Amino acid sequence: MEILMSILIGFLFMAAVYLILSRSLLRIIIGTGLLSHGTHLLLLTMGGLGGESAPVLAEGITDYADPLPQALILTAIVISFGVTAFSLVLAYRAYKVVGTDNMDLMKGNEDND
Amino acid sequence: MSLIFAIFLPIIIALVIPFLFKKVSNIHTGWFVLLVPLVLVFFYGTYIPTVMDGNTYIEELSWVPSLDISLVSYIDGLSLLFSLLITGIGALVVLYSIFYLDKEKEKLGNFYVYLLLFMSAMLGVVQSDHLISLYFFWELTSISSFLLIGYWYTKDRSRFGALKSMMITVFGGLMMLGGFVLLGIMGETFSIRELIDQAPILVGHEFFVWALVLVLIGAFTKSAQFPFYIWLPDAMEAPTPVSAYLHSATMVKAGLYLVARFTPIFALSEVWVWLVTGVGLLTLFWGSVFAVKQTDLKAILAFSTVSQLGLIMSLLGIGSISYHVTGTLVTTFTIATFAAIFHLMNHATFKGSLFMIAGIVDHETGTRDIRKLGGLMSLMPISFTIAMIGSFSMAGIPLFNGFLSKEMFLDATLSLQHFNVHSLESWWILFPTVAWIASVFTFVYSLYFVFHTFRGKHKPELLPKKAHEAPWGMLVSPSILAILVIVIFFVPNYFSSLFIKPAVAAIQPLAYQVPADIGFKIKAWHGFDSPALYMTLGVFLIGFILYKTIDKWAPVYERIPAKISLNRFYNGLMNLSDKGANRLSSSYMTGSIRSYLIYMFAALIILLALTMWIKNAFVMDLTNLAPIKFFEVLISLILIISTVTILVTKSRLTAIIALGAVGYTVALFYIIFKAPDLALTQLVIETVSVALFLGAFYHLPKMNKYEKGKEDRRFRLNNFLIALGVGIMVTLIAIASHSQKLVESISGYYKETVYSEAGGGNIVNVILVDYRGFDTLFEIGVLTIASLGIIGMITVQLAKKKGDRKVEDK
Repeated sequence: MEILMSILIGFLFMAAVYLILSRSLLRIIIGTGLLSHGTHLLLLTMGGLGGESAPVLAEGITDYADPLPQALILTAIVISFGVTAFSLVLAYRAYKVVGTDNMDLMKGNEDND
Repeated sequence: MSLIFAIFLPIIIALVIPFLFKKVSNIHTGWFVLLVPLVLVFFYGTYIPTVMDGNTYIEELSWVPSLDISLVSYIDGLSLLFSLLITGIGALVVLYSIFYLDKEKEKLGNFYVYLLLFMSAMLGVVQSDHLISLYFFWELTSISSFLLIGYWYTKDRSRFGALKSMMITVFGGLMMLGGFVLLGIMGETFSIRELIDQAPILVGHEFFVWALVLVLIGAFTKSAQFPFYIWLPDAMEAPTPVSAYLHSATMVKAGLYLVARFTPIFALSEVWVWLVTGVGLLTLFWGSVFAVKQTDLKAILAFSTVSQLGLIMSLLGIGSISYHVTGTLVTTFTIATFAAIFHLMNHATFKGSLFMIAGIVDHETGTRDIRKLGGLMSLMPISFTIAMIGSFSMAGIPLFNGFLSKEMFLDATLSLQHFNVHSLESWWILFPTVAWIASVFTFVYSLYFVFHTFRGKHKPELLPKKAHEAPWGMLVSPSILAILVIVIFFVPNYFSSLFIKPAVAAIQPLAYQVPADIGFKIKAWHGFDSPALYMTLGVFLIGFILYKTIDKWAPVYERIPAKISLNRFYNGLMNLSDKGANRLSSSYMTGSIRSYLIYMFAALIILLALTMWIKNAFVMDLTNLAPIKFFEVLISLILIISTVTILVTKSRLTAIIALGAVGYTVALFYIIFKAPDLALTQLVIETVSVALFLGAFYHLPKMNKYEKGKEDRRFRLNNFLIALGVGIMVTLIAIASHSQKLVESISGYYKETVYSEAGGGNIVNVILVDYRGFDTLFEIGVLTIASLGIIGMITVQLAKKKGDRKVEDK
């Protein structure tokens, strides 16, 4: 399963990077969303996927899933939501002001600095 | 007073100078500053009697103990002479500056802080026994010189001159540091005294010549030797007290000090002898010939300084021959070292006074252009007298100290005929010839300087100010120096045993144990059989004829093509590096975020791949894997299909829904992997995200795929390759990190203590709100900031600037 997950994560990263490198602002934002999914799964996989039970103390259970990556990921999910929301509004605003969502045209150069 | 404290005294006083300048406005700040060199000159003066007998003093203060770097103050004949020069001339210059710089108009606070900084730095250079602290002080002199040259920073020429001097001297300083490091490697010590003891062993080392050349580049740049001298004429933009102090009497002599100090180490190599002598003589010749061409008083003095520094340099070179000869010849050549130190002292006196006179002329007439000056003799009689004494000494005319050292110099070049080791044969004659020609030109520019300024026709209509004699305060310092010029001529041997012999003994430790061993006496008259006498007479005769006919032959200088000047080379080099750096940085700083992302991803791929390859980090462990269930395969397939949908779709709506599908699948994975809290959070967040996307949907443009068509095939291929690389790297890392657990997980701690310490059962939640409570708090802070930003962006209308225009969509 870990190998399968690793390949899956690699695929998510690949798709994310490909989207981030494109010119359309919306695709870039979607790319960052995919990137955070990939990262979360990577953290989880690196911690190990074993464990009989969720990390909630219970009688008679000793083999819990690793709680630390989960705590980290929980933080990361919320933060990445903040980032997505912020960049989405930023994109909206930028589109309103400069009238394009093409990164190549948006970049500051001598003419439209 | 401790020796190390004495070095830092000027810097310590410098700290209060800006306050004094602001608070005590009715007294010229210079009067307070004057106390510093006065105290120090008396302090170092108390060392003269004991150092005369060959005693040395040392004091050490640990600086960076782990690297074995310390501040060492070492006083012997050589460093004492320089310390006295620095503080003595320093006192005179500060006194002079009080009358030169107006306390109302000038930023005296800055000026004296820089000057005191320089004083400390220079004392540090001449007293450091540790190479690294020597280098530190050396660069500090470059920096303070930069600040002082650029003191009138509103003038373009000042800034240009300041930068030029800094570029060249700091370049030399870095070379020198390289030499020092090599010396440190060879001798396994940074102490100069210990290196001197090892000199016979070091000379065979393969790095020896490299170290020698690098150290010499440092010395040559600082002492304005050919071809590095070009910074010195431009440094004349500094206020005249600075020129008199730094660029004539002290800082430019740091290179000479360095050569003198390292002579016991490097002189065993003949490369040293010929480089120092040759470059010195070339500089002497070059400087004296081009001094005649100058029309600015200070420029004449600058070239003359270059030339005189070359003279002293060549004398030090000839003096180092004494390490290669035996018997009575040792004395013959150590006399050259003696002459070098003697002339160094004389030069400080006569050139210091001449610079101050140039400043006075500038101050009282408003110009330094020698073509506008003339006939000032009757208006400024005292200045004229001082200028004449200084110039005649520089020209090497009897009754002035310059004559004595000049004659010794000519003698020293003649003594080269006895050095037959290197199949020199009759070529030795070249050295006295060059020296003689340079002396003729020295004679010419000395007379040119004084007589074209003070004799001839007075041209008041060309002068910006009505010329008159300077106030007494400005005349005190040059007068003291001029009196010294004459006194030294009459009692040279008194000064010799006080200052010169101890210094020579420090440079020639093999030949002389104590200063008293040097039996040499300075004589003004050597008898009719002395060849130097006839050379001197020849200089006077030819020099006088050339001076009288100067108007006839000076136009020759105009024939020299400007193309081959060193200044052009310097400017070209600066231009080239400026443009090159610009082109280089603008070639990769494209301003497009995509390029930067590509650099980052590429660096990520390369660095990670290299590290994994070098460290052999990639391990694949197929045991201990969790089993794959059918359900998991199904979810994986959904994830892949949704992701591919995002990549290929042209519709915004589809992309957003597919992204939501990816998010929900990830939540399913969390459930499978026993992370219920994550699954819950993910579900909520994903729902909100999709809602947000759909909300923004209406306002955003269609998801244009800007990279369609054939011309963008390359673009897409590039992106794909980078994306593929990142994907593969991440997969490899994920596998490797699973396959080898190099460190124990720290989760055990939480599992054990979560109930006893924090009183909770849900470990993940307890970690978030208890163990890492602050983390969560700040996370909430981040979200708050993000939401404030969002509100701001939505509600506040950006003020439309004039000239703003919308970019047309392609």
